[in-house]
Order: sequence, then structure tokens, then C-alpha cells
Amino acid sequence: MESISIHIDDVSKTYANGEGISNISLSVKRGELVGLIGPDGAGKTTILRIITTLLLADKGMAMVEGFDCHKQYKNVRRIIGYMPGRFSLYQDLTVEENLKFFATIFGTTIEENYELIRPIYSQIEPFKNRRAGALSGGMKQKLALSCSLIHKPSVLILDEPTTGVDAVSRREFWEMLKGIKEKDIAILVSTPYMDEASLCDRVALMQDGKIMQIGTPAHITSQFAHTLYSVKSENMYAILKSLRTYPLVHSVFPFGQKLHLTLKTGDAADAKHFLQTQGFEEVTIEQIVPNIEDCFMELMSSKKTEV
Amino acid sequence: MKRFFGFVKKEFFHIIRDPRTLVILFGIPIVEIMLFGYVITNELKDIPVAVLDKSGDEVTVEIQNKIYSSGFFLRGGNLYSEKEIEKAFRKGHIKQVIVFEADFSEKLEKEGTAHIELITDASDANTASMIVSYTNAIIQDYMSYRNRQLQMPLQINVETRMQYNPELKGSYMFVPGTMALILMLISAMMTSISIAREKELGTMEILLVSPLNPLQIVLGKVAPYFGLSIINAITIVTLGNLVFGVPINGSIVLLMTLVMLFILMALSLGLLISTVAKSQQQAMFLSMFVLMLPTILLSGFIFPIENMPWLLQVLANIMPPKYFIIILKNIMLKGTGFEYVWKETLILIGMTVVFIGLSVKKFKIRLE
Repeated sequence: MESISIHIDDVSKTYANGEGISNISLSVKRGELVGLIGPDGAGKTTILRIITTLLLADKGMAMVEGFDCHKQYKNVRRIIGYMPGRFSLYQDLTVEENLKFFATIFGTTIEENYELIRPIYSQIEPFKNRRAGALSGGMKQKLALSCSLIHKPSVLILDEPTTGVDAVSRREFWEMLKGIKEKDIAILVSTPYMDEASLCDRVALMQDGKIMQIGTPAHITSQFAHTLYSVKSENMYAILKSLRTYPLVHSVFPFGQKLHLTLKTGDAADAKHFLQTQGFEEVTIEQIVPNIEDCFMELMSSKKTEV
Repeated sequence: MKRFFGFVKKEFFHIIRDPRTLVILFGIPIVEIMLFGYVITNELKDIPVAVLDKSGDEVTVEIQNKIYSSGFFLRGGNLYSEKEIEKAFRKGHIKQVIVFEADFSEKLEKEGTAHIELITDASDANTASMIVSYTNAIIQDYMSYRNRQLQMPLQINVETRMQYNPELKGSYMFVPGTMALILMLISAMMTSISIAREKELGTMEILLVSPLNPLQIVLGKVAPYFGLSIINAITIVTLGNLVFGVPINGSIVLLMTLVMLFILMALSLGLLISTVAKSQQQAMFLSMFVLMLPTILLSGFIFPIENMPWLLQVLANIMPPKYFIIILKNIMLKGTGFEYVWKETLILIGMTVVFIGLSVKKFKIRLE
């Protein structure tokens, strides 16, 4: 219990329009990177805002490093590093001025904590006299991350940091997070990208304001109850339509260039046979290991049938 | 304290780097004072006046000469019959026709009275009544001059003196009014917009999740605009003095102190607006609507408060610019000291305290 940094217990929050989050429990240890994964509107930002003291929960308790996010919000605000979903730095200030400003309002200096941000900031330091508004998306993220780390927070909260960033910058960004994590900082990050789940120590899959499943990526994928096949062929759309009429199919989703298929009973041979009777000759079906997105789709569809 | 200065520095960067803000801050006051000073003036100058002189004797000519040499009126030509009057007005050029009755000087000599008819284009009512009263005054003046020569036994001479503004200059009135308007608008609008901008761009979110407390954020926002507004006030007073000859008869120190008080009041009002407004546009409209119109209409700037219906008079009493204009007129034109404006000063201080208190209280330490 000692090393738990962020702890939220049975937190609910409903907005005026009826949306919100319900009964969320989650904890992040020091030096752990936890991802909140789910589509837009799943409630990720709401959770992060409750932890960052920007919103009050209707019910439940949120704690950061032993401080209550409601009553002791001032203490929480001192030790938290927060990077909102939107680029929220001053576009008319230069890179260096932005960093300096955030250092000043947290009562520190760039020099004092330079070591922590060096791996990140050194990449954008050549452009330190450029206005933040003129930076590329990837560089903006690096600057925002630097600014949120400048006061050596013990907790780092990132709201969709990689949305709208190119693939290379995204990979770099996750590398940086790994580096920060090693400084014993607890990191909670939200993302709509399922492929980023495997980069987290633990992930919480979210949908409609609820956490559907939480655990290490390996644990979650091991919970996948079905055998998963990938289907590859020329005419994907026709095959998808045709498979949806096949009574043995449990689920079938397009997945990049392939289809991911699970069956109620039977195996690959049965499916192949069915497709051949439907007139699809050139079909490859092979068993694959499920990834987080498969688990997510599975959880989502099983939830729908429950309702 | 270091945090506070860091914040103020950041605000200065915002102001200096945004050309639009700079234009609003320094361009508008100058343009506005020039506009109000030159355009919106209720002084008469070069009004074309025609004459229908049925008598044409020395007295009527003398009166005409007096009227035309006053500087207020221009010769608008002579008419020769009543029918032409309507036509002259229709053309739209002539604003007044002066009709002297026939045998004017004879009647004046023998009967002691003679008639002059003033026919005035009253499609602009204010100007019309001013033209009439100016003309009247000139004729009266002529009469008393004549009477003095005749040594009338009894006569009452009314001598009027327009105190503090002997020439009834409009700019004397407009400089204090414009100053109130500009300081109110600039101070309140700029602060409310700059806070709304932080909300709109999402930077407020980061500011909130920082150890800055509301007072630091609020004061950090206000401080730079306070400085700039003082510069503005100095510009306006100087322009008024140099260009329009508006005097500063009272103490400059007292004047500037109270100007600062008013700026502070306007800034705190801006803060209050920003606690309500969610976007820059909202902040701007609110400032315009809540501040500009009432300042122009209800502050006694253009329309005298005494002539309003009582409900509007009550409203005018809660308009801060009203008191500021009273203070300005007292100090600048009458040259009075603090003992004559302490009541207004107290009211402004009270309003400032209320506005600041409300804004700090209403300042949201969280998102909605």
C-alpha cells in the first residue's frame, strides 16, 4: 500500500446531460504507467479532471499521495503535473518563455529541475526562441510535457497526449514516458489508441463511463475467451457481409487489412468451408493471438447483448 | 511574490505581441477623444441664415450686421416675399429666416415696439432652439445697446456669466465624459477578454492546476492593464489640454489619484464580467452592452441626468462613470479640492471593493 500514489475509490460523477462516470475504482503505484483506454465520450477526461482537482466527484473518494482531491486540493495541485487534452500553452510566448513561466508559477527554475526534463527538452531546445504556436504537433507535445514536469511532480496526468500526433512522434513520446516512470513518478495517461495499450504497465478499458476491465495488457488478452482467427482475402467487404450471415460466427470485425473472427463452435476449417460454399475461393484463415483491441471489441459486444 | 511577477511578465508579453490589443489600447483612446472633441459638438458655427427684410432701414441693417458678424451665422441670402421662405427651407440649406416687419425703425421710434419673426427649421430640434436663443441674444444685446444711448429711466440689465466654461465649449464637457468612457471600456474590456481567453484556449485549466491562488491570478491579470490605463489617462488629459484647451484647474496629483481609483474600479468590473463570460466574444459583448451604452447614456456625459424619468435617474445613480465625471469636472474645470469630491470618491471606493470581493468570490477554483 505504501507505494500507491493515485487512488480513487468508487467515484461517480454525472453531468447535467446525463453522461458521466459511475463507480470507478483505480489505483496507480509510484513508477507505474497506467493507461485509460476507450473511445471518445467514455469518461476518461472526467476521471483525470477529478484527480487533477478540476472537477468534484458526486460520490466516492479520490486521493493523490495521501491528499484528498476535494478537501486538500491545494496540496494536490503542488505535486501534480497535468497535460490537458488540448494544447494548452501560450502560443504567443516562445518555447523558453513558456517553460520559464510554468517554472516560476510553481516556484522553481528551469535550472533546478533541468535533469528531469533534459531528455525531452533537449530535443526542442534548439528552437527555444520560437513561438510555441509555430511548433509542429510533436514538438508542442514535448514542450507541454516539459512544462508539466518542470516542478518535479510526483504524479503525472496526461489526457490524450498522442492524439493528433504523427506515428513517429507518438512512439518517441511513449519512450519518454518510460524514462519518466523510472524516476518513480506515477503516470496516468488516457488514449483512444488501442495499440498504445501494450506500452502501459496496466490498462483500464473504458466504455460509457465504466471501467470494463483492468489489468496488465497480458492479463487482459489472456482473458480472451474465444479462439481468434484472422481472415484474409481479396474481397474483404463481401466476405464480411457473408460471414455475418454465418450462424456459427460469434463476432467478426474488420481489422486493418484483415478480418478478426471468433466462432461459437467449430474451427477454421468450418469457416473456410462455409466461405467456399459462398463462392470465396482465395481465403486464408489462421489462428492469431488476441490483442487489446480484440478484447475491447469483445467486452463491448458482450455488454451490448447484456443490455 | 516571484510567482506574481512571473505572471505579470507573461501578461505583458501577451499585450506586446498582439497588435490588435495594442491598437485597442492606444489607438482607440486617441481616435475617440478626437472624434468626441471635434464631431459631437453642440456649439453653433456658420449656420446659414436668410433675411426677409420688408423695411430695409438702418436699424434692420444694423441688426443684420450684428447677427452676421457674430461668427455663429452665415449670410444665407435675402428673400423678397413670404412665399420664398418655404422654398428656401425646402432646399435644405437655410436653417433660419429672420423676418423684419415693414417700417421697422419707424414703429420702433414711435410705438416703442417692432416685430421680428424668427422662422427656424426645427427638423433638428436641439439645433433649432439653440439657433433661436443665439439670435435672440444678439437682438437683445443690440436693444440694450440702443437703450443705453436713449437713457431710459428704468431698466434691468441681466448679465449672465457662464462660470467655469465661459465660452460654453463642448469639449470641456466631452473630455471628462470621453475619459470616463475610454477608461471604463479599455480597462474592463481588456481584463475580461484576457481572462476569457485563458478559458477559451484551455490555459486556465493549467493555471488552476498550479499552486497559484485566485488572488494571484486575478491581480496578475489586472496589474499590467492598470499601468497601461494610467498611460491612457495621461494621454487623454494631455490631448484635451493641448488640442481642445481643456484646463486642469485643480491639483494634478489629486486628479491622477482619483483617475487611478476609477481605473481600479473599471478593472474590477472587468474581472466580474470575466467570471461570467465563457469566451472572449461573450466577454466583449458583455463589456460593450453593460458598460458602453450606460456610460454614454446614463452618466450625464451627453444627456443631463436631471431631465430623465426617475427610474432612469435611479439607474444612473448606480453607474460609476457618473461619479467619475462629477469628480473630473470639479477638479479639472472648477479647480476644487478633495473636500468637494470626497462623497463621489467614497462611492467609487465602495463600488471597487464590492466588485473585487465578488470577483474573487465568484472566481472558480475548478472547472464548472
